[in-house]
Amino acid sequence: MKKMQAANLNDFFRAAAAAETVYLPVDSADGARFMKYEDGVTLSMACNTTRSAKDFFFPQVENLVDFKVDGKKIEVIDGREEVEDFVIFGVRACDLASFEILDRVYLNTPPVDSYYKNRREHGTVITLACGRPQETCFCKVFGIDAADPAGDVTCWMLGDDIYFRANTEKGEKLIAACGSLLTDVDEAPVENAKTAIRAMVDKLPIKDLKLDKISERHLLENFNSSVWKDLYESCIGCGTCTFVCPTCQCFDVREFKTNEGVKRFRCWDSCMYSDFTKMAAGNNRLSQLERFRQRFMHKLVYFPANNDGVYSCVGCGRCLKSCPISMNIVKVAKALGGEANE
Amino acid sequence: MQEAMKARAKELLADGSVNRVAGWKIGEFSYDITPAIFETAEEIDRDFVYDDFCGANLSKYLISQSRKEGKILVFLKPCDSYSFAQLLKEHRIIRENVYIIGIECYGKADINKIREKGIDGVLGIKESGSSFVIDSIYGEATVPKMDVYAERCLVCKSKKHAVYDELIGEEGDVVPSSRFDKVAELEAMTPDERFEFWRGELSRCIRCNACRNVCPACSCENCVFDNPNSGIANKAAADSFEENMFHIIRAFHVAGRCTDCGECSRVCPQNIPLHLLNRKFIKDINEFYGEYQAGENPDEKAPLTNFTFDDCEPSIVYKRGGNQ
Repeated sequence: MKKMQAANLNDFFRAAAAAETVYLPVDSADGARFMKYEDGVTLSMACNTTRSAKDFFFPQVENLVDFKVDGKKIEVIDGREEVEDFVIFGVRACDLASFEILDRVYLNTPPVDSYYKNRREHGTVITLACGRPQETCFCKVFGIDAADPAGDVTCWMLGDDIYFRANTEKGEKLIAACGSLLTDVDEAPVENAKTAIRAMVDKLPIKDLKLDKISERHLLENFNSSVWKDLYESCIGCGTCTFVCPTCQCFDVREFKTNEGVKRFRCWDSCMYSDFTKMAAGNNRLSQLERFRQRFMHKLVYFPANNDGVYSCVGCGRCLKSCPISMNIVKVAKALGGEANE
Repeated sequence: MQEAMKARAKELLADGSVNRVAGWKIGEFSYDITPAIFETAEEIDRDFVYDDFCGANLSKYLISQSRKEGKILVFLKPCDSYSFAQLLKEHRIIRENVYIIGIECYGKADINKIREKGIDGVLGIKESGSSFVIDSIYGEATVPKMDVYAERCLVCKSKKHAVYDELIGEEGDVVPSSRFDKVAELEAMTPDERFEFWRGELSRCIRCNACRNVCPACSCENCVFDNPNSGIANKAAADSFEENMFHIIRAFHVAGRCTDCGECSRVCPQNIPLHLLNRKFIKDINEFYGEYQAGENPDEKAPLTNFTFDDCEPSIVYKRGGNQ
């Protein structure tokens, strides 16, 4: 365990940025968002960023391949470039857990998504334990510990000091490079802080969200439940929940004509959209009810059924804050589980 | 107010005048209210709410709801009633299937403005005279309502309903509004400054389509941006041009029909002041064709779909300083 004065945080960022690009949450017009560290940029104290950290590994738009057409000759140009090393500072426990969920989809199950892998391998993740959880936070429901996230390095901000713990080789390397700023210390203050954070999390209003009636065992019961009809009706079918969600992983592959041929790219897609997974035979979910149900069934039933019981939700609360009509996974889970809103 | 609304809704359900009620449903906290359709008195007793956080405009739901079996009761605030009247004018709502109760409104609060004041962890909010008493994880706070009202409410244009069958509460008047001040400020900028301003705002767009989907004026059954056969289907902006294009096309398409209800800005998860684009069009229409408020008068012809000899000529662009 190492320690540094919080006042020296900018020196730390500068030292880290000398070797690779550093991103950190910064206050902006749309709330906190990850920005590149430059002189004058300061760390946001917000509980979390408006958009999730998934963009670093799974950007909204990504070029895949170019087809250069010359008469009858078609040249296929692989658009992949080796990503440079980068550091993300200030990732919260929920977002870190979302990386593990994305890994299950893109890394741990063949075929490996080489675009995702490329970014994932070059990223160093510095997590930050939560100091001020919000009413919309419910990570504990998914067994996530806001007080002690992993990642390559874990940080705790305690008053005027920041504590660092390297968890991986990558993390050790990064800490070693900033060695002169850090001093070795005892873990006791961090242990106390963890206890305090956990006590705070225990007081959050939706930490006890019950999911026991929502599972593969209840698949048909959940799917055919009468609550969907009441819940979906106010959904406006926008993609806000899916785009701010750290675990939503669906994309669409599209092409467009350029002067020289064709460019193929992928971009985030949303199961809330009417043309989601549209096939030659048409659409497989024709109504907003079906589309709405799909999103929540995927997160709470299908995904865990295929992934050792791991839910595809990390309780970050972004959808609670951003949904235009304040419909969200907590309200859905309560309705499916037979609970009323408080 | 809320109790009177609940009582009247239950009465109309009980005597069979309507079989559904469109209103607002209580959430987890005080601020996260969801538009909802109520079918029974029990549901109304349990979940119906009308307070300072019922900002969501219910008008657009009537496009689909008025096509369902039976008659539906809807509660409309003054500004929502303009959206409703405009949709009626466009023949998008089946009027005879809707019973409208106009309700008074003195402004709606914006939870983001409360959070911007550093009040976080909000668990519950209570009214106390002209203030809100906010209970949060981190203590209690009191803020004057005016400080956290939505921008659109601070520049409210009308407390008068454009359409209703009956009223609960007092009917108000069209009121003077300073809603074009920010537009005038943008107009006073140089083109480069203005471009910079809008790039700063629109570059944050994540194309979630919330602004479009919530907009009562955006009622196309299949938007060109969603239609793979349109040739310009666009799920994500590839560059800054496409980022701008979506919003500019949307603003053009609702020009003359946008009532300035402000839902676009309310729902934007990226906090983009989209209403300013629409207000620019409204201000220009006022200047070119005379004062016109979309949704206000169902019998009035809309300036952009009507011709008069007094209409401005295209050369107005140059008279206003455009490059020849």
